[in-house]
Amino acid sequence: MNNVIPPVHAEASRQRRSRLSPIARRRLQIFRASRRAHVSLWLFTLLFVVSLGAELIANDKPLVMQYQGHWYVPLLVDYPETEFGGFLPTTTDYRDPFVRQQIERNGWALWPPVPFSYQTLDRDIQGPVPSPPSLRHWLGTDDQGRDVFARVLYGFRLSVAFALALTVGSIVLGVLIGGVQGYYGGKVDLLGQRLIEIWSGLPVLFLLIILASLVEPNVWWLLGIMLLFSWLGLVDIVRAEFLRARNLEYVRAARALGLPSRLIMWRHVLPNAMVATLTFIPFLFTGAITTLTALDFLGFGLPPGSPSLGELVAQGKNNLQAPWLGITAFLSLSAMLSLLVFIGEGLRDAFDPRHIVVTATPGAITDSPDRADSARALP
Amino acid sequence: MSHPPLLSLEALAIRVGGFQAVTQLDLEVAPGETVAVVGESGSGKSVSALGALGLLPPGSEVSGRRHFAGEDLARLTARQWNALRGGRIGFVFQEPMTSLNPLHTVGKQLRESLRLHQGLRGERATRRCRQLLEQVRLPRVEELLAARPHQLSGGQRQRVMIAMAIANDPQLLIADEPTTALDVTVQQEILALLGELRREHGMGILLISHDLNLVRRHADRVVVMHRGQVIESGPTARVFDAPAADYTRALIDATPAGTAPAPPANAPTLLAARRLGVEFLRPKPLLRPRPPAFVALAPLSLNLRQGETLGLVGESGSGKSTLAAALIRLLPAQGEIEFDGERLDRLKGNALRRRRPQFQIVFQDPYGSLSPRMPVADIISEGLRFHHPELDEATLTTRVAEALAEVHLPADCAQRYPHEFSGGQRQRIAIARALILKPRLLVLDEPTSALDRSVQKQLIELLRQVQARHGISYLFISHDLAVVRAMAHQILVLKEGQVVESGECAQVLGAPTSDYTRALIAAAALD
Repeated sequence: MNNVIPPVHAEASRQRRSRLSPIARRRLQIFRASRRAHVSLWLFTLLFVVSLGAELIANDKPLVMQYQGHWYVPLLVDYPETEFGGFLPTTTDYRDPFVRQQIERNGWALWPPVPFSYQTLDRDIQGPVPSPPSLRHWLGTDDQGRDVFARVLYGFRLSVAFALALTVGSIVLGVLIGGVQGYYGGKVDLLGQRLIEIWSGLPVLFLLIILASLVEPNVWWLLGIMLLFSWLGLVDIVRAEFLRARNLEYVRAARALGLPSRLIMWRHVLPNAMVATLTFIPFLFTGAITTLTALDFLGFGLPPGSPSLGELVAQGKNNLQAPWLGITAFLSLSAMLSLLVFIGEGLRDAFDPRHIVVTATPGAITDSPDRADSARALP
Repeated sequence: MSHPPLLSLEALAIRVGGFQAVTQLDLEVAPGETVAVVGESGSGKSVSALGALGLLPPGSEVSGRRHFAGEDLARLTARQWNALRGGRIGFVFQEPMTSLNPLHTVGKQLRESLRLHQGLRGERATRRCRQLLEQVRLPRVEELLAARPHQLSGGQRQRVMIAMAIANDPQLLIADEPTTALDVTVQQEILALLGELRREHGMGILLISHDLNLVRRHADRVVVMHRGQVIESGPTARVFDAPAADYTRALIDATPAGTAPAPPANAPTLLAARRLGVEFLRPKPLLRPRPPAFVALAPLSLNLRQGETLGLVGESGSGKSTLAAALIRLLPAQGEIEFDGERLDRLKGNALRRRRPQFQIVFQDPYGSLSPRMPVADIISEGLRFHHPELDEATLTTRVAEALAEVHLPADCAQRYPHEFSGGQRQRIAIARALILKPRLLVLDEPTSALDRSVQKQLIELLRQVQARHGISYLFISHDLAVVRAMAHQILVLKEGQVVESGECAQVLGAPTSDYTRALIAAAALD
């Protein structure tokens, strides 16, 4: 009876087409079942994609324009002011009343919906800055007359991109170091763990503050310094997974086949650690965003003028008479972090083997691919 | 039967989710009687017992009539169920480690059951606990009451489980594979104990097992199940001596028979070990000298010729897997290993890796030894791909198909994933993965113990064919003497890391010189 291979039923063939292992499909199913996480993921992706096109939404130059029968794309190309009847061969300031007048007379221009970039100073504001929300400035302006909506949009993009880069970097470093420690174990592990304990004792925030007084901090400096420390949290998890997985029978079988360690680690052990790593990502991510915001708030973060949510928080604190600053900063930060936490929760549930799939139809449980395993558990 | 039945099930049918797990099961257990439900894995034997007593997860449907001592089980309330289970019906499960709570002492767990069902507290409960542990023949009762489950051996844990099950003088004891996780010699003791308790208390026992050998000796009546259906039932002697159904006959005949084909008389030595031992260092406590190393394997010597099979026999903890891993350099060891005239113990790194295709290993657990994320073709070809990077895809595909054919699996298996296969099929895949490298030595670490009897038999036949065709030497590890007898030419009996006995297979099994070997032979019930 052992030789009789059951016919490939519909489920199996569907599976092969989707190229997902049953366990991955189960995880996807759980993640989808959690509405909050699912919606959060889509919302966050949408916001990030929109913010990637920030230049198309909020900018201080037209997207395209026609001037004296010629086409211009100021969004992509810098044109000297002399092109449009100016006197100086400098980059055109399209917000200059003279240039605007010239364009209106000799052609037309298509402006983005918000005609301010994150560092555009609006000199035409009536009254003192920060000015309250109006039709001209949807979320008002900050204390230098810059459009808050544009700054939030660009700031969101910068925060997410920064967090993304930091997360990817931390994962590479953390998995590499944790993996080597866990796989080889013994002295390598012992020494590595002690070094990491010492390293993690260093005060990160103070280091950054000291650095800020030595060099002109820019995004790359910050990224580099934070990367030196942010992988530490991941090492423990990955190391534990590698320690466990190196004694799995299929890993021992691979070793008996004579495969080299790097291949075994990459092909057989790493996939086991990826679960723990994936679950950790949202927390790395939120951690990176909050650290960046905190540094900006304290004034040790990104260089002045950068679109930064932390700087907006600081402005809100300094200008209590202009509540739109603080409220905007609070809402945008809390929305972003909440979305990430919800996604993280969904991921954690999806990867939790003890999580029970709750579906509307009672029969659906047995359709889950774990049936083979539960059948095996009953002798 | 003169007594009214204790448990009676009529036309029991169980659906778990959408899957029909059991159809038309009729079963009766009378007081003082042992009824065994026998079947291979997935036959529905455990599900029947759990379903009859309302222990299945929500979403399962149980239909048919079920009575316990005249009460209709279908009408019980949750409160009545709780009084019944653990009170008048006792349970013993397969895995004693997971059935006991690791955080509480044995005494506390026993007392809890006594308090819930009999309201016993304080001194009286303690006295009863002591009495129970003595009843299950456990030594040093006082120490055990204060011990936690991890401090006990598997056999002791199973005895504690039995003590808990009989604590409230149940009328019926349901033993679901009570000895599967235990060593063979311990199995016999546990079943003998169950038999004694049955006679003393007049309990009925429903014994669920896949092991025909046990059932034959310990049950009065047998119900044979296959894929959720009752194939045959009747008194044990009748079922075993004159089975009516083909399936029963196949099960009974599934005990591996015959012996391995003899290797050529003047075959050269392939593998030799001299004074090979394995020690594990214990952690050094602060400020105190390091305790002596744990000797997993005392130094021993062995010799394996080309085309010959050496059977390593022993119970868990005897060091047989350690020896195998040390021989193929998966574990650091002391002593000399000579493989094909070359000192294997002196090789390192790349040199060792290049020799590895010549000595392959097949592990015990067919579920754990194949990566769940790779299709079968990738699993099988992985070693070949690395050791022979010059082979192109077409050649690899052909070689994989050949390897699959060698283990009698159809070629279309190559694109599927391991979870789509049964245990026996997975074990074949693991063998194919080893054979594709054309090894000269194959280490088989309990390759059949996770499999059903009938599948075991097929696998043994397959292994013999492969040996006859390619002249591979086997190092065959097993605790099951029936399997070893069918495979091995030479035999090495290990106990606690020491060699107890060694020699020609037929000679050792026919005229054992040590008590330990004799006990193993008795437990395996070789005829």
